[in-house]
This record gives sequence, C-alpha cells and structure tokens, in this order.
Amino acid sequence: MSASAKTPQEEAVLGRREALEPTSAVMRFGPDTPLRLDSGYTLSPFEIAYETYGELNADKSNAVYVCHALTGDQYVASRHPVTGKPGWWSSIVGPGKPVDTDRFFVICSNVIGSCMGSTGPASIDPQSGKPYAIDLPVLTIADMVRAQTMLVDRFGIDQLFAVIGGSMGGMQVLQWASAHAERVFAALPVATGARHSSQNIAFHEVGRQAVMADPDWRGGRYIEAGVRPHKGLAVARMAAHVTYLSEAALHRKFGRNLQDRDQLGFGFDADFQIESYLRHQGTSFVDRFDANAYLYLTRAMDYFDIAAEHGGRLAEAFRGTTTRFCLVSFSSDWLFPTEESRAVVHALNAAAASVSFVEIETDKGHDAFLLDEPQFFGAIKGFIASAARARGLA
Amino acid sequence: MDEKIAAEPLPTSRLAAPETDRVDLKIIADLVEPGSRVLDVGCGDGSLMELLERRRGVDARGMELSQPGVNECVARGLSVVQGDADRDLVHYPDHAFDYVILSQTIQATQNPKLVLSELLRIGRRAIVSFPNFGYWPVRLSLLVKGRMPVTRSLAYSWYDTPNIHFCTIEDFVALAGELGASVETAVALNSQGQKMGMRLPWAMWNLLGSQGVFVLKR
Repeated sequence: MSASAKTPQEEAVLGRREALEPTSAVMRFGPDTPLRLDSGYTLSPFEIAYETYGELNADKSNAVYVCHALTGDQYVASRHPVTGKPGWWSSIVGPGKPVDTDRFFVICSNVIGSCMGSTGPASIDPQSGKPYAIDLPVLTIADMVRAQTMLVDRFGIDQLFAVIGGSMGGMQVLQWASAHAERVFAALPVATGARHSSQNIAFHEVGRQAVMADPDWRGGRYIEAGVRPHKGLAVARMAAHVTYLSEAALHRKFGRNLQDRDQLGFGFDADFQIESYLRHQGTSFVDRFDANAYLYLTRAMDYFDIAAEHGGRLAEAFRGTTTRFCLVSFSSDWLFPTEESRAVVHALNAAAASVSFVEIETDKGHDAFLLDEPQFFGAIKGFIASAARARGLA
Repeated sequence: MDEKIAAEPLPTSRLAAPETDRVDLKIIADLVEPGSRVLDVGCGDGSLMELLERRRGVDARGMELSQPGVNECVARGLSVVQGDADRDLVHYPDHAFDYVILSQTIQATQNPKLVLSELLRIGRRAIVSFPNFGYWPVRLSLLVKGRMPVTRSLAYSWYDTPNIHFCTIEDFVALAGELGASVETAVALNSQGQKMGMRLPWAMWNLLGSQGVFVLKR
C-alpha cells in the first residue's frame, strides 16, 4: 500500500498501533534489568523496538549501530509502516551501500521516549494501565544510549564495529564514544555537536509551547480524551523544519513563487509555495508522530552537553580513547554549524584521538545528512573501509 | 636560465610545486622512524601519509586546509581533519607525535615562526621541507631580469602565489636557532631532486639547493 493511499485518519490509527505493537522486532527488559535514568528515576519494565539487517559474524565483530534523529525511527532501510515511504537512510544502509549490509550486521532501534514501539510517553504505564503521557520521567541522550547498550548486551556483542548517526543520532554517537568508549571501535557523528546551543534550545521551546498551547493537548492526557493536538504539533514541525533548511535552498526551491495562482490572494491562505510546503510538512508529520514524544525528545537534546559532565572540558570526555572518529558537517547547516563539529575535532585532537573531519559543501542545510550528497557518501565509504581493515574485517 | 613552465592549477593543496615534483616526499619518508606517530600538516591529497603508512608502518594523521583535499584523503581511508596550520595547531597537546611534518607548506603560512614553534611543541621532532629562495636561478632571475622568479618549483606569478613567506636555507637555519631548535639532519636537493654533498657549508647549499629538508629537535 502506498503512502498516498492512506487517509490521515488511517495514518493516525496506524501510528497509535505502531507505538503499542510495532511492526519491527521488540526486546523486552523486565524487572530484573531496570534502566537507571539520569534524573534519578528508574524505568522498568521497558521495551526497545528495533530492526536489524545483515548477519552477525562468528566473533560478533561486525555490528554497526545506527542512531536516528529527532523524528526518525528504527526503519533506517525498510519501508515505514505508517507512511509507506522507504527507510530514512536507504541511501547509506543496504547491500553495497556505504554501510554495506552484505558485510555488516546493522542494528537500528527506536530511542526510548519516542513513539514507534520503544517505551515512550504513548506507551501504557503498567502501574496505571493508562498511557504514561507526561508522567514518564524526563529522559536524556545518555539514558537512550544506556538502553541501547542493554540491547547490544542481549546480542552478546562486546564491541560495536561502528556507531553512526546524524543530528540527535550524532549526539548519541558522541555519547556512546565518551561514556562507552571501549565498546565503540569507530564513531561517525554527522551534522551534530557536543551540546545543544542556546539558539537550538530556543527553537525547541517554541515547538514545545506550540504543542502545549493547543487546547487538545489536555495537559498531555489527549490519548485518553480521544483527541490529538494536531495544530500545535504541526506548528512545532513547521518552525523546526525551517531550521533544517537553508536560505539558499529555500530560495532555490521556492523563491517567492505563488502556489496555484498567478496573483496575490489578499488573504491568509497559502499564497506562496513555501507556505503551502510548510503546511504540508506540518500536517503530514502529526499523523505519524506523538506530540508528547516530541516534547520528550526535544528536551533530551536540550539537556545534552558532554563537556558539562567533565568539568567543562570536552577533551576530558574523550581522554585515552582508542575509538577512530570521523566527523561530518555541512557548510549551510545553521542548526549544527561546522564550528560545533570543529569544537569536537579540537577536543579529540587534544585527546590525541584518531580523527577525520570533513565539511561537505552544500546549500541543503541541516537536512543534507538525509539527502543525496555523493561527497558525504564517499567520506563514509572511505572511513568505514579503512576502519574495517584496521578491525580485520576487510 | 630559469626553467619557466606554465603554472598548473593544483587540485588539492597549497603546494609550491606540482605533485610530480615532490621528490622531497621520499626523502621525508626515509627520515621517519618506522612505526612512529606522525602528523602531516598541509597533507594535500594524502600522498605522503599513504607512503608513510605503506612503507614505514607509521600511524599517520593529517591536517589540510582545502576541502577537496580533505575529502580525497578521508575517502582514501586516511585520518585527516580540515584545518589551518596557522589556527588549529594550538589544539594539539605537547609531544602528541613523534614527528610533525610540514612539507612545502611553511612558506604558505601567515605566521611561519609561530607555526614552526607549534610544530616543535607538538612533535618530538619537526620535519620541514621548503623551496629555497636562495637557489641560484632564483637569485639570477631577480638580478638579471629584475622580475619575480617563476621556476619549476616556484610555478606562480607574484600576484597569485600561495607562497607569501619565502625564505632561504640560511633564513630557515637562523629561525630554527631563534626558536632554540637544533638541526638534527639537513638535506638539500638540487633541481633533479638529488641529495647534495653533506660536507658543503650552508652558504653553498643555499646557492645550489632548490629545496631544503630539515629535521629539527628542540
């Protein structure tokens, strides 16, 4: 069934079902394996929904963990069960692709706090029998990664060959590499930074306020009320989407072109193509994403600051590391500008780490990490090939 | 007298000489102890790093200013960061490497003195190669023609050259002295890229050497 064949209502129903009974595999962690959270709370029981691709080799040395971004999911290279669209990184992960599933065993899990089957605000709280909503403890990137290490333990994998991800996924990669260094042979953080900047927090706050200002948010208890804060979440997505693009790309794609008309309408309909595009981005998003999950995940990103745990010295976070790093930034990304990656590179230099760093010239903004960028693919391919040789996987 | 050739645009880095002319690379590779840790500053397309890794079993890292150069290196599987010798060396800790190499790059830096002192801080040894501005065809060209020299190893016009801080072998020796560094090994190459006799005084090397390659230690 194609994406266009589904009505928004159908997608909403599917989305709700995916949160509770995902299409993908699920790993359950019972009372014997609680997840200790940075907030001091414990999450137990909890579940991680995940997809795998390729085969784990005999000595379990060829595993690659892919970490997804804010609104991503475990379907990195498989059809999205709600929208029917191809996997979000099908260009990177697959047979013969830069992350070659003929050679590597690829794991991609839905982060806890999200809404595609891992425990999150839309999941049922076993204590009350109702959705957690905002009674779920606030989570951090470190919590997400700690949960991922427990999933990796279940596979019996001591050391991952590589951890790779962009944006919020890149934050997870950096967290893996600093808090679980011995378990990461190679790290590929893309379009990310070691902390969330004030400007980024500001944009997230606008999004959260838009969600919470929607009367249908109902203090977070909208699922029980049988409503959803469509409008607020759509506005949040519209604002965020602007930050994923660049002025040059917007101008190239839309300019001041009018939408289905040859003159201004002197009203508040979508006169301009960019308005129509953003409205579409907003409305198509709300059918597949849970509003509370959006609050939790943006919060986790805001709290992210690796240096803070190390007396403000980022280099300390990577002291003595033997992980091989390759950082990638994109020239027109103003959400995670190149300077953020460069700060990590400098810290890694100071820690005498093995590090490569590439800035890709593009006008596609932050979104470039999800798009077709041959130079980016070339860098990933080269880095992974040389890391595989060093790991004896050639 | 000067071997005038058209300046070829270089794809990846701010080198004084075309890649084919880079006889200094082999000389440098021979000066590096096998199995050591090396930082190549201004590594271009990574040729020297590849040579060091393949032939000497060296753990090589690189820094390169030009983006195409960096991308090429990373795609080749080398550990290279995009960076500027003038700005980014400060982020490396003391004695992080056995050797820091600056091949055909010092004359293109904004602040050669600072860069050289950073090299001596980061590496136990610094290996520097550079085109010698005291080479006799260069001197002759200036003397006879009264024009800025354009030779095979200095293949740019004065207005478009990346080489903004030329020096002679004698100048370089003096600068090393100012920084309290001793010359452990020195090699001068003639225009064919052959090593010149070791017994000659600096002044002769400065006249006859088209390039200098120095190993410095602080």
